[in-house]
Amino acid sequence: MNKTVNQKAWFLILPVLILVAFSAVIPLMTVVNYSVQDTFGNNQFFWAGLDWFDDMLHSDRMWNALGRQLLFSGIILAIEVPLGILVALNMPKKGFWASFCLVVMSLPLLIPWNVVGTIWQIFGRVDIGLLGYTLDALGIDYNYTQDTLDAWITVIVMDVWHWTSLVALLAYAGLRSIPDAYYQAAKIDQASRWAVFRYIELPKMAGVLMIAILLRFMDSFMIYTEPFVVTGGGPGNATTFLSIDLVKMALGQFDLGPAAAFSLMYFLVILAISWVFYTVMTTLDNRDGK
Amino acid sequence: MAKITLDNLAHSYLPNPQTEADFALKALNHDWVDGEAYALLGSSGCGKSTLLNIISGLLIPSQGRVLFDGRDVTTAPTADRNIAQVFQFPVVYDTMSVRQNLAFPLKNRGMDAAEIARRVQKVAAMIDMEAQLDHKARGLTADAKQKISLGRGMVREDVNALLFDEPLTVIDPHMKWELRTQLKKLHQDFGHTMIYVTHDQTEALTFADKVVVMYDGRVVQIGTPQELFERPAHTFVGYFIGSPGMNLFDAQIDGAQARICDVTVPLGASYAATGRTQIGVRPEFIRLSSGDAGIPASVRRVEDVGRHKIIRLDVGGQIINAVAPEGSEVSANTNRITFAPEGINVYADDWRVTPQGAAA
Repeated sequence: MNKTVNQKAWFLILPVLILVAFSAVIPLMTVVNYSVQDTFGNNQFFWAGLDWFDDMLHSDRMWNALGRQLLFSGIILAIEVPLGILVALNMPKKGFWASFCLVVMSLPLLIPWNVVGTIWQIFGRVDIGLLGYTLDALGIDYNYTQDTLDAWITVIVMDVWHWTSLVALLAYAGLRSIPDAYYQAAKIDQASRWAVFRYIELPKMAGVLMIAILLRFMDSFMIYTEPFVVTGGGPGNATTFLSIDLVKMALGQFDLGPAAAFSLMYFLVILAISWVFYTVMTTLDNRDGK
Repeated sequence: MAKITLDNLAHSYLPNPQTEADFALKALNHDWVDGEAYALLGSSGCGKSTLLNIISGLLIPSQGRVLFDGRDVTTAPTADRNIAQVFQFPVVYDTMSVRQNLAFPLKNRGMDAAEIARRVQKVAAMIDMEAQLDHKARGLTADAKQKISLGRGMVREDVNALLFDEPLTVIDPHMKWELRTQLKKLHQDFGHTMIYVTHDQTEALTFADKVVVMYDGRVVQIGTPQELFERPAHTFVGYFIGSPGMNLFDAQIDGAQARICDVTVPLGASYAATGRTQIGVRPEFIRLSSGDAGIPASVRRVEDVGRHKIIRLDVGGQIINAVAPEGSEVSANTNRITFAPEGINVYADDWRVTPQGAAA
C-alpha cells in the first residue's frame, strides 16, 4: 500500500505543541535556568553550575522537610486507604440511601482547599472553635498553634476528613462492579466474611485502589494550602512540609537559585516514587496473570 | 444427600404481592426424590433460577416451606444446607491457583490436608485440568474458569444436592458433551440429587431422569422425556419440547371427534372438553396425502435438515410443520393432511384433557 506523503499534516499538531510549550515546557525550563545561576539583584545572573543542587543535598532544612513530608504522606495513606475501604464496604448498595451517601461523601471533595483550611483553623481554635473549645472545656490540653503533636493531629485529621471520601468512592465503584454470582458462590463455598474480602473484594478492588493510593500519595506529597492556612507551617517548623518550605525559600527569601534546585529535586522525587510504585504494582499484576 | 420437599412454595420479588401475576414463582408442591437427576427446563424468565436460589438458600421464599429430609430449612442460611451450586457465568477466585480454587470449599469446612489433596486431584482429573493445577485462575479462558466452577461444585462428596444453573452456556460445544457426560457419570457414581437448569431441550433430555418444565412461574409438567414428548400436559410443553414443536389447531371437540376447518377428524378416544379447545399434533404424526380425505393443506416450503425433512404447510391460513423421513419424496400434488390418532392430544384452555375411561 502506498502511503500518502503530506508533510503539511505536521501543522495539525502545532496547537498542542504551543499549548504544552507554554503550560509546561517553558516554565519548567525557566526553573532549570534559575537552578544553575546565582543573582545578587539588579537582574544580573551568574553561572553557578550544580552548586545549588550540591547545597540543597547537604541542607538539613531540606532533609528535615522531606522527612516530615514522608511521615505525613505515610500516615495519611495508612489511615485513609483502610478507612476508605471500610466506609465503602459499609455503604448501602442501592436505593435512596446509596445515592444519599454518595452525595454526602462527595461534599468534602467539592470544597476549595483554602476553605477547608479555614474551616479547620476556626474549628480547632480554643477561643471560638467548636472542637477546640469543647476539648478545652473537657479539660484536654489542646492547642494546635503551640503544641507540635496537636498541630500534626489537626493537620492529619483535616486531610483524612477532606480526602477519605475519594478513596471510599473509588473503592465503592470497584465493589459495585463485582457480580452477585461471586457472593453467591462464596456462600455456597461457605467462605467466611474475611475470605470474601480477601479473595473476592480485595482482588476486584486492586485496580482502583492502586489509582487511589497513587493519587493520594501525589496529592499529599504536594500538600500546601490546607496546612499553610491552619498552622502556617508551625509551631516552629513542625508542620513545614516540602511545598511550604519551597514557597518560603522562593518567595519569602527570594532565593531563586536554591529554590529552583529544590523544586527540581522535589519533582524528581515524586516522579521516581510514583514510577517505582506503578511499576511494582503492574509487575505484581502481570505475574499473577501467568 | 436428601429428599427435598417444596411445600406450598411461592415467591414474589415485590414486597406486597397482590395478584397471582405478582409472583415470579407460583405456588408449588413438589418432592425432589433423593438421588434423581432432574432437569429444570423453560424459557428465560420463567422462574427457574428463582426456584434454584430458594433451594440453595440464596433467596428466602415469600411463602411456603423448603424441607430437606423433613427438616425445615426455609430460612436456614446457605452454609447450613450443604448444597453445591454452579452458576451460569464462571466464578473463580482470581488470586488463587486452580488447586486452591478447588480446595477452597473443603478448606472452609476444615477438612484435613491429605483428604483435600486426594479430592482435588480426583476432581482435576474429572475436569481435565490436572496439568494446570498450579496456574493462577485469573489468566484462564472462560471455559477453563467454568470448569473450575464445576469442579468446586463437585469436590464435596457429601452434599445434599448439586444445583446447576445453565452451567454450560459459556463452554465450547465439544467440551459441552464431555462435561455433561462427566456430570452424568458423577451422578451414577455418587447418586447425588441433581437439579440442572437449562433452556436447551437436548441438554435437558439427555441429562435427566425427570424433566420439570416451567412456564410463566409455574411447573406445568414433570415427567420422563418420553412422557413430555408423547403426552405434553400443557400446550407450552408441546411447543417447547420437540423440534419443531407441536402443531395446535383450534377445534370443536364432540366426543370422539373433532372438527377442524369443517373437516371431521377421529380422535381415537372420547373427550369431554370445555372452554377454548384445541388439538395438538406433533409434526411426526402428520401424514401428507392427496385426494379428498383429511384437512386441506398446501405445501409452502420443504427444509432438508439432514436427518429428516421439515415440511411447512398452510392450513386455513396457519403455518404448521410436518416431518418426513430423509429420502422420502414430497409429492407435488399434496393437498391434504391426516393425523395418526395415537398422536393426537386434546387441550382445553391450554391444559391437556384426559380421554374418558383412561387413567391420567
